Amino acid sequence: MAERKIIPIGPYHPLQEEPEFFRLHVDGETVVDIDIEIGYNLRLIEKISESKTYDQVTFLIERICGICSTSHPFAYTNAIDDLLGVTVPERALYIRSIIGELERIHSHLLWLGLAGHFLGYNTVWMWAWRYREPVLDIFEKISGNRNHYAMFKPGGVRRDMHEEDFPWIKKTLKSLIPKFDMFKGAVMDDPVIRARTEGIGVLTKQDAHDYAVVGPTARASGVAIDVRKDDPSGAYDRVEWKLITQEGGGVFAKAVVRILELYESANIIIQCLDNMPKGPIDLNIKDMPVGEGIGRYEAPRGEVFHYIMSDGGNSPARHKVRAPSFMNIASNKKAVVGHTISDATIILAAVDPCYCCTERMAVVDYKSGKKLMDGQDLIRLSQEKTARMQRK
Amino acid sequence: MKKQQIIENIKVRSGKDMLDFNDRSERRVYITIKKEILPKIARYLFNDVKARFSTASGVDTRSAIEMLYHFSVDEIGLIVTLRVILDKSNLEIDSLTSIMKCAEWIEREIHELLGVNFKGHPNLKHLLLKDDWPEGNYPLRRDQ
Repeated sequence: MAERKIIPIGPYHPLQEEPEFFRLHVDGETVVDIDIEIGYNLRLIEKISESKTYDQVTFLIERICGICSTSHPFAYTNAIDDLLGVTVPERALYIRSIIGELERIHSHLLWLGLAGHFLGYNTVWMWAWRYREPVLDIFEKISGNRNHYAMFKPGGVRRDMHEEDFPWIKKTLKSLIPKFDMFKGAVMDDPVIRARTEGIGVLTKQDAHDYAVVGPTARASGVAIDVRKDDPSGAYDRVEWKLITQEGGGVFAKAVVRILELYESANIIIQCLDNMPKGPIDLNIKDMPVGEGIGRYEAPRGEVFHYIMSDGGNSPARHKVRAPSFMNIASNKKAVVGHTISDATIILAAVDPCYCCTERMAVVDYKSGKKLMDGQDLIRLSQEKTARMQRK
Repeated sequence: MKKQQIIENIKVRSGKDMLDFNDRSERRVYITIKKEILPKIARYLFNDVKARFSTASGVDTRSAIEMLYHFSVDEIGLIVTLRVILDKSNLEIDSLTSIMKCAEWIEREIHELLGVNFKGHPNLKHLLLKDDWPEGNYPLRRDQ
């Protein structure tokens, strides 16, 4: 039997969100166990939230994540609506959904690019990030910011959208559809990508239930859950769109779910722009009563969950936040064991956590402590495997 | 399963161990139960109803620690929240990890941030705080 080695992946890189640390136990080429550690960037935002006013909290929680920065305000304002038992003005609902869906497009494109990079398809990486730019331009037009849009507030949205921008936004979105087609073709019709990702890192339906995974990670295992359908907020129950599921459960299925969701997101935004009613955008909430509320939203990675307890004061008495990766990352324990090291990078990446960690990994001989391999080497291993399959 | 049926079944299973019932809105139900029956009700929701375990929230209300277990019944968009009130003199409760693996991380988190002890948890080490964090300091407690 080959000697058991430990590959530490992570924990920290300032490039992206969510530092985490995976300790892969490998026997020869095969991963036999994995330890996962998180908490390298603990800011205890839940505690800080107790010292901010309800209005300020929206700015605070936007900074939980730089990629899905609007998902937390979305869930948080839903929790406030639930606590107060109010429905925000119709126009604000439409604006909220538009911002949420634009974010999903840019987040999925970001993932697609990185997944391509790990598999050795650097063209996919360049394309995906190139076509993510127009989405950020739309954000800039709407909010003045390419990220951290600050559009949400309890009781509505902070600023209105202008009708004269709508034709340009629609034109820009429609110009992206052929690019989505290109990605769909590049991933679904490429035999090597298929061979490299199909049936790899599979979560069965039962695993999905056991680990309570959410978002594309669950939908790729045939679990038809989506907060936008199940517990709709914003304008999601006012427009037509399809819930995307796949049965495979592996990396391939997760990629397909995300690519098909790009179309639905563009479709939702265009319908919202076409049907957006005129009127007020804010309820101007003045007081918060004693009570509690739960709000959730389907972030690009899955359900974001916020719980608010109010004691009638200016700030939340308790603010619990649960991000989707908290559930999804734990499922790696199931997905990665039994696979080879060259597949580990893409499996760990498939739930769309933070990839940055992979750049800091190193294979260390357990006894001598000598460094044998680092993060770049692992990505190279993964890319070489793809190249080998392409030659075949 | 329909909302009314789920509530009825929980009522039957808890009997007089149900301390409070709050049907707050169409999609939100809060049920306060005694801590002894938490595993039984959680097992019913997770295994029989096939509800998804969303997360748990721990709240220091100064007089006690409240544990809220949020279960999502996705087909009907319902969140059933089980509330257990723990006396500060005895912060011990059964771990739900033997019923559902997905409770492992959140119990570790509540253990280190609020000092709740989960009986039967396989690995109650720090999740977010560093390993040498001083014993007995709980960041989310209000009495420290």
